[in-house]
Amino acid sequence: MPSVKIPKKSTNVDMTPFVDVAFLILTFFIMATKFKPPEPVQVTTPKSVSTTELPESNAILITIDKESKVYFTVLSEKDKSIFTSIISDLNTSKNLGLTDAEKANYSKTYLVGVSFAQLKQLLDLPPEQQKSLKQPGIPVDTTGGELTYWIQAAKSAFAGQSLKYMVKGDNDSKYPAFKYVIEALKKNDQYKYNLITSLEDAPAGTELYKERHRTK
Amino acid sequence: MAQIEGGGDSGGHKKGPGVKKAKKLSTRVDMTPMVDLGFLLITFFIFTTTMSSPKAMNLNMPKDTKNQDELNKAKESGALTIMLGKDNGVYYYEGQLAPDGSNFKTATFKTIRDEIISKRQDVMKNHVHDSNCEKLKEDAKKAGDPNWETADLDRDFVVVIKPDQDATYRNTVDMLDEMTINDVKRYAMVDITPQEYQVVQATEKTLGK
Repeated sequence: MPSVKIPKKSTNVDMTPFVDVAFLILTFFIMATKFKPPEPVQVTTPKSVSTTELPESNAILITIDKESKVYFTVLSEKDKSIFTSIISDLNTSKNLGLTDAEKANYSKTYLVGVSFAQLKQLLDLPPEQQKSLKQPGIPVDTTGGELTYWIQAAKSAFAGQSLKYMVKGDNDSKYPAFKYVIEALKKNDQYKYNLITSLEDAPAGTELYKERHRTK
Repeated sequence: MAQIEGGGDSGGHKKGPGVKKAKKLSTRVDMTPMVDLGFLLITFFIFTTTMSSPKAMNLNMPKDTKNQDELNKAKESGALTIMLGKDNGVYYYEGQLAPDGSNFKTATFKTIRDEIISKRQDVMKNHVHDSNCEKLKEDAKKAGDPNWETADLDRDFVVVIKPDQDATYRNTVDMLDEMTINDVKRYAMVDITPQEYQVVQATEKTLGK
């Protein structure tokens, strides 16, 4: 019996170009991605026209969050002994009474935002749990406050090496906090700082805009 | 194609005895799982990626000194004082603040740039040549400044930035950035005086801030 053949159309679509594009994009994102270090404190930095790259290591990062609380971070990728040296220094000079385990824990602590009195409590916690602890910020005032001693300790630990001072402030933090941070740095005879900002174009028609377009 | 063994010719065509038809294997692979995975990874990387890497802005502060001789003197004619207040408020005056506050003016972050530029041009126009000018030009030439011939003209132009207690960090950085944008060579960040703070607060009150 002759049967009428219904032509079977394939439901398969050629997905090759689709896959090509998908993997191209994937490759791009893999290349472009740079994982950010864990940020226990959320800070939105202001914008500036500055194009200088940030130092990655051998730097001190002072963070000011949006409630104008101050945090202290030491960035030292290669030399972990810096951390030990800083914390031992402070332990002796400030009589903190830290145990060896607590001192060792400091090198894993990303940032410190507590006064010396509370430091023991912070370092008792493993690094993963430190995030959950609400840190009140390092006390600062018109004379620099406790931040001065942190900088001092770091400065002597980094003695002989280049050391950059970075200030990362939140958009909404108040000016006095920034002023006190500068005061603390000045107390340590440090007058050059890097303010962390995100990039913005030079506005058209201004001096800087003209200069940048002339050199290009 | 290079297959010798066939699976028997049940396929219909009869080419003759002994001729075995090569079985065609489809070269198509089902790519759906691969695409799924690909897009999953894309999504992941899109979410985790940070496109703009942070930049550093250099800030140099002067050393505190008690010695009056070491202080940089700013000529009154070339000074522009900018105060930053609450809610992105910008206030400025030229030279010295008049006791009655008559030269105290209000601006915004948009208009302050024009004020800086016009003040700068003003200073450049009223420039008086003296012996230091040539040295300034020489230095600028050595430093590779393409505008070295006019480097001495804005020598007296100084911007003093005075953020008050209510100013935010963003305002401060924006103003410092404005110095870079407008190529202001001499500027300083100073604490606001009580008198100025009073005027700023009074102005803020009238503006309803």
